[in-house]
Amino acid sequence: MELLDSSLLDAADAVRAGKISARELADAAIARIERDDTHAYLDFDPARTRAQAISVDEKRARGEALGPLAGVPIGLKDVLCTRDARTTCGSKILEGYRPPYDATAVAKLRAADAVFTGKLNMDEFAMGSSNENSAYGPVKNPWDKSRVPGGSSGGSAAAVSAGLALGTLGTDTGGSIRQPAALCGVVGLKPTYGRVSRYGLVAFASSLDQIGTFAADVRGAARLLEAIAGHDGHDATSVARPIDEYVGACGRDPKGLRLGVPAEYFEAGLEPEVKASIEAGLKAFEGLGCTLVPLQMPHTKHAVATYYVVATAECSSNLARFDGVRYGLRVDPGKDLEAMYGATRDRGFGAEVKRRILLGTYVLSAGYYDAYYTKAQKVRTLIRRDFEAAFAKCDAIVGPTSPSVAWPFGAKVADPLAMYLADVYTLPASLAGLPGISVPAAPSASGLPVGMQIVTPAWDEARMLTLAHAFEQVSPAKGKRPARS
Amino acid sequence: MSTVPARYEAVIGLEVHAQLLTKTKQFCSCPTTFGAEPNTAVCPVCLGLPGALPVLNREAVAMGVRTALALDCRVNERSVFARKNYFYPDLPKGYQISQFDLPFSEHGKLEIPDGAGGAKTVGITRIHFEEDAGKNLHGVTEAAGRSVVDLNRAGTPLIEIVGEPDLRSADDAVAYLKRLREILVALEVNDGNLEEGSFRCDVNISVRPTGSTQFGTRVEVKNVNSFRNVHKAIEHEIARLSGLADAGETFKQHTRQWDDEGQRTVFLRIKEGSDDYRYFPEPDLPPLILDRPWVDALAKTVPELPDARRRRLTSALGLTAYDAEVLTAHPKIGDFFESVLAAHPSDPAWAKRAANFVMTEVLAEAQAHGLTVTFPVTPRQIVEVLDLVTAGTISGKQAKELYGFIKGSSASPTEVAKEKGMAQVSDAAVLEQLCQKVVDENPKQAQAYRGGKTGTIGFFVGQVMKLTQGSANPALVNDLLKKVLG
Ligand SMILES: [Zn+2]
Repeated sequence: MELLDSSLLDAADAVRAGKISARELADAAIARIERDDTHAYLDFDPARTRAQAISVDEKRARGEALGPLAGVPIGLKDVLCTRDARTTCGSKILEGYRPPYDATAVAKLRAADAVFTGKLNMDEFAMGSSNENSAYGPVKNPWDKSRVPGGSSGGSAAAVSAGLALGTLGTDTGGSIRQPAALCGVVGLKPTYGRVSRYGLVAFASSLDQIGTFAADVRGAARLLEAIAGHDGHDATSVARPIDEYVGACGRDPKGLRLGVPAEYFEAGLEPEVKASIEAGLKAFEGLGCTLVPLQMPHTKHAVATYYVVATAECSSNLARFDGVRYGLRVDPGKDLEAMYGATRDRGFGAEVKRRILLGTYVLSAGYYDAYYTKAQKVRTLIRRDFEAAFAKCDAIVGPTSPSVAWPFGAKVADPLAMYLADVYTLPASLAGLPGISVPAAPSASGLPVGMQIVTPAWDEARMLTLAHAFEQVSPAKGKRPARS
Repeated sequence: MSTVPARYEAVIGLEVHAQLLTKTKQFCSCPTTFGAEPNTAVCPVCLGLPGALPVLNREAVAMGVRTALALDCRVNERSVFARKNYFYPDLPKGYQISQFDLPFSEHGKLEIPDGAGGAKTVGITRIHFEEDAGKNLHGVTEAAGRSVVDLNRAGTPLIEIVGEPDLRSADDAVAYLKRLREILVALEVNDGNLEEGSFRCDVNISVRPTGSTQFGTRVEVKNVNSFRNVHKAIEHEIARLSGLADAGETFKQHTRQWDDEGQRTVFLRIKEGSDDYRYFPEPDLPPLILDRPWVDALAKTVPELPDARRRRLTSALGLTAYDAEVLTAHPKIGDFFESVLAAHPSDPAWAKRAANFVMTEVLAEAQAHGLTVTFPVTPRQIVEVLDLVTAGTISGKQAKELYGFIKGSSASPTEVAKEKGMAQVSDAAVLEQLCQKVVDENPKQAQAYRGGKTGTIGFFVGQVMKLTQGSANPALVNDLLKKVLG
């Protein structure tokens, strides 16, 4: 079996045990990435990756202790700042931009002796559900290259699916990890808001953004989370709470856990094939000794509207710094300051980013603020209460990650609302700040991946991982990978 | 003095931005230096680089809370940071982190002199935290027409102190600013420097027919950088707005600027849609929770404020209001004076002598720089000089001379007095001879004294002092003259 098709944990253990070198793993990844036709990578520098791998091997040769991700090839979503690689956020406005510092999560992976394969393609500023909003061209779904990989962390999901890295980091604002994981048939984990430092994550919507992990299996995603979780003095919203043994939680018996199944997640809009796969998955959970608890989560239907008010409001402010004054693109018509701002932002931002900045500017404007922003915050609280009420009756909530399998390029581009509905099942947990994971369930009849979403109460990633790992072992998708190019 | 035509009354409210004297910036650990090379005291956070996040400086919070307590404000247990969104090159994030509908303190007050020997109370609406912007610099690069930005100042902690529109004249406004500044300086949270912009003032002003309770259309005069100019700008605006009212002219609410060269205010911009800052709660910072015990502990660190000090100096020690004002003009001057006082506490005579000496001699040469004042001598030296006077060792006139010798050095006044042979003549035998001589030489005055005009004794004392070049002990001379004349 190819090195890159082993599990993340096996590879890490093999490097630590000296059975393979970091260099061998890096070379395998480089060879794959050079052949890649999914366009998962935006920044790829074989020399840099090799040098990093060699330094891990040298560390081992000197007899120094190696970190838990020693030599593991890891890809990074291009929204995470890296001091040694460009960070473009999939946008023209940051073309060629090199941050002077590492995001905290990136620094933690370095400290764990991971080897970076490069920066992964994404919807511009993490705004999108299909990767078609990348200013550098979309990522293709490794299962069917005429289809989207999902978004916004499409590159992160595709890279793992296509074996172009053993693990990747992505970010999830409204489903940007879980949805592409589902569409690409990999595991995608979004931790509780505050579990992982956002320092160095270029903000889209600060109250929702959270860094999370991708891997081919649940334990791989758990190992990555162990490496990046924890309080950070540079992020006032990161929380000092004990970090559980996430890998250790995989393999525990889920017997007796009560799983809430919200009726609202199975209504119109859910593709029959996805519905069938998830219903089979629910039966599998019962087979594992879990009980299914039917639930009502009445505010689910307001999640999309609420999200698009909160997220766009925050993004309109977060993206104000891209003004051509200090870094990134500057287009100066030579007239005045206003003209420079206008031309820079007009040329630098894509259509979807502009749409959201305008929407966000509108909802924060005098006279509209209460009707939109204040109201959305109230509904956000109601959605949170839906979860609180649900968790009084169950230990986790399960259901489809995405209402559909990967769709063909262009199918929803002309209809932003249809695109926004792709996140209908992931948005509520994002708005409530809860952890969620997508694990491959039985593929559709045409062989396209389907994801089972598991959501647990805040800070209870361990129980989420126990359920995800148990489900993974009985899922018909286990061990299935797209054909290698 | 006021130039308001009696038919109109001015309504004035001030907004003061005060930089807090923290070691580091409001949301990052960069130093708050003044005058460093451009763009050297910066980091990803205060440069507004993508991905950087703010973390609140607790030292700044403590300074803000102490200010709020000193201004009798209510300190809110929970307050919220908000983003004020606007584009400007000196604002690296495209928004300023401020506080909006939930500031950390509200409902305070400040007493100011009313100009007629009494006091009036001015309300403080609120105090909230902010961060300063950088500075746009024009004409410093070779490239013509290019402006550059220095972001060293970006992220410096600020508090904005919003006053109620309780002020009615330029004198009121300046009195308010002086009282406010001395409190901030006494708390050591701000250096009170208007010229360098660490203490900045925006003036909101309108006029209305005297007796009316309605507010007229107001104008805002931005960033007036001295007390003198605040006074002038207000006088100018009162006259201008009264003139407009007389002529029945209306105008839109707008912002003006003090033009120092033209000695007038000039139009800057209309307040309209562009002033929609789209405030919303800052999602990168959790609400600021100020728990009671912490606030109570901070309350114990609020020193005696200048007003209370003045009251103590006048009521307990009998100093005049004027003396008390001069001696508390800067907290370090007050501290110096009180160190001298401490040598003989609760002795009004000593207090008066110490006050006179410090005011006439020491303050002439004391130099104030922000929070610090440099004195030519130590309080200990002054105590020693004045003790020599009390003991009769030297005269008051000699005390001034002696001060001249010791200032700028650490010399002991007692030693110097000895060295310079300044001990006053207290030898009764020597002095009696001199007294006899003076009486003999002035028979007319002696006659007068003996005839009942005892006031002429002053003349003889003066003559003896003249003969001894001021070194005679005047009390002893007085006694001896009575004996000689009697
Ligand atoms: Zn800084």
